[in-house]
Amino acid sequence: MDGRKISAIFKKQLKDTMKNKTVLIQFIMFPLLVVIMDHSIKMEHMEEHFFVPLFATMYMGMAPLTSMASILAEEKEKNTLRVLFLSNVKPMEYLIGIGSYILLACMLGTGVFAVTGEYKGRELLEFLFIMLAGILISTLIGAAIGAWSKNEMSATSISVPVMMIFSFLPMIAMFNNTVKNISRLLWSGQINRFLNQLGTAGMDMETVCVLLANGAIVLFLFGMAYKKSGLA
Amino acid sequence: MNNGIHMKNIVKEFGGHRILNGIEIKIEKGEIFGLLGPSGAGKTTLIKILTGQLTQTEGEAELLGTDTRRLTDREYSRIGMMLDNTGLYERLNCYDNLLLFARIYGLSGDKPQEALKMVGLWEAKGQTVQKLSKGMKQRLVLARAMINGPDILFLDEPTSGLDPANARGIHRLIQKQREKGTTVFLTTHNMEEAEKLCDNIALLCEGSIVEYGNPGEICRRYNHQNKICLSLKNGKQILLENDSNGAWQVYNCLKEGLVEAIHSTEPNLETVFMELTGRSFE
Ligand SMILES: Nc1ncnc2c1ncn2[C@@H]1O[C@H](COP(=O)(O)OP(=O)(O)O)[C@@H](O)[C@H]1O
Ligand SMILES: [Mg+2]
Repeated sequence: MDGRKISAIFKKQLKDTMKNKTVLIQFIMFPLLVVIMDHSIKMEHMEEHFFVPLFATMYMGMAPLTSMASILAEEKEKNTLRVLFLSNVKPMEYLIGIGSYILLACMLGTGVFAVTGEYKGRELLEFLFIMLAGILISTLIGAAIGAWSKNEMSATSISVPVMMIFSFLPMIAMFNNTVKNISRLLWSGQINRFLNQLGTAGMDMETVCVLLANGAIVLFLFGMAYKKSGLA
Repeated sequence: MNNGIHMKNIVKEFGGHRILNGIEIKIEKGEIFGLLGPSGAGKTTLIKILTGQLTQTEGEAELLGTDTRRLTDREYSRIGMMLDNTGLYERLNCYDNLLLFARIYGLSGDKPQEALKMVGLWEAKGQTVQKLSKGMKQRLVLARAMINGPDILFLDEPTSGLDPANARGIHRLIQKQREKGTTVFLTTHNMEEAEKLCDNIALLCEGSIVEYGNPGEICRRYNHQNKICLSLKNGKQILLENDSNGAWQVYNCLKEGLVEAIHSTEPNLETVFMELTGRSFE
């Protein structure tokens, strides 16, 4: 593992994203939306900052997943990934370079949510921590999809339904009990549950178990895709 | 230790179908070698084997003294590659495309500039790749392949699809590599290009090498006709034997001022290929 190569990939991605509107919009849309909604919609009986945990869950389920999948699939399709590997870049160096870029971009977005939600002290720490965990899982799912797909089109056709499930089920769970039970088995559902009780209870065993189990499954799927893709 | 490329009885099969059939070539350090063959002959497959992207079914190949199945960072940092698909970052500009690779190789910060100047793209450094012409893209890929000052350069059809002026530009860059002592392995289906650039060539047809050697020597070897051709000012051509009788006739024509030009009847690589394989090239 070579830090120099990881940082070269990271800087490349930073420049490229500035010119890649489809990825850029993923990072900006929800933080922007939450600022607007939080300031403009105020109804009676509505919890303060009602939209923050809701949109934070969707952001976490969508942005890292779709951007990682599309960046990786595009590099495979356009042959730039092969050129990198032939220039001595190891697959793991590449994935860490892109992954850490996505992590940084999404944590900046998370900062916008934190400010909008006016989280302080323990609440803030819990918020940042759980978002970080969710973004990591989401990035890993994106990497698995990207490694699995031959091109950007097929990556999109897989990542859209997958991200819909993870980001919308927790929201639909508010209205439907069956969905609520399914959602509790998903990492995004647990994170959403946790976000709604920040600073009050701490993390219970259920959340920890679901996150660990989901993390393990995702890691396994990623390993399979990684082997199949010829990246390894 | 050898600094070139050695191949011993390389065989490659895809699903039982034999693509390469016992390739045996030695390329010395500093040599410009051309692999010629019609499309589908197996040229790209051989490059992939030599650069560790594919594993051969049988036989052995060595690159810089190392088995090509076990190439490491040390070898990869000493080779440059121009593949048939460009692999450029379309949204980044010329400079940033090279900067990425300068960083990956840990080169000094002035390398991208040096490489862009070498291929004549310094003026276009800020242009995004999307907006470059095909010829400019090709030069940028060549700059990327050479940025680490490689000992061996692999060029897969470096001029395919380029107009003659752009192709000549690439030829000049390849010839410059000769002065640096770089070993060049290029593939082409352009015979003239090979005659002009290469120290040695191999003609590849359906997975086998049908002829190998210096292009000029190969052509002379196939000069069965061994005649002299006079083009006359009245537009006619006459073929004369290459002997004292012919010499007299040349003398007479010259004396009478009838001669426009004198040629030998050496075949070019294209006609040699036709003679060897009974098929045309394109
Ligand atoms: N991965 C592969 N699987 C199966 N067949 C292949 C593969 N790669 C190349 N071939 C076949 O090998 C032959 C030679 O291909 P290639 O080396 O690309 O030829 P060239 O570069 O000389 O045009 C072609 O018939 C092609 O269809
Ligand atoms: Mg080819």
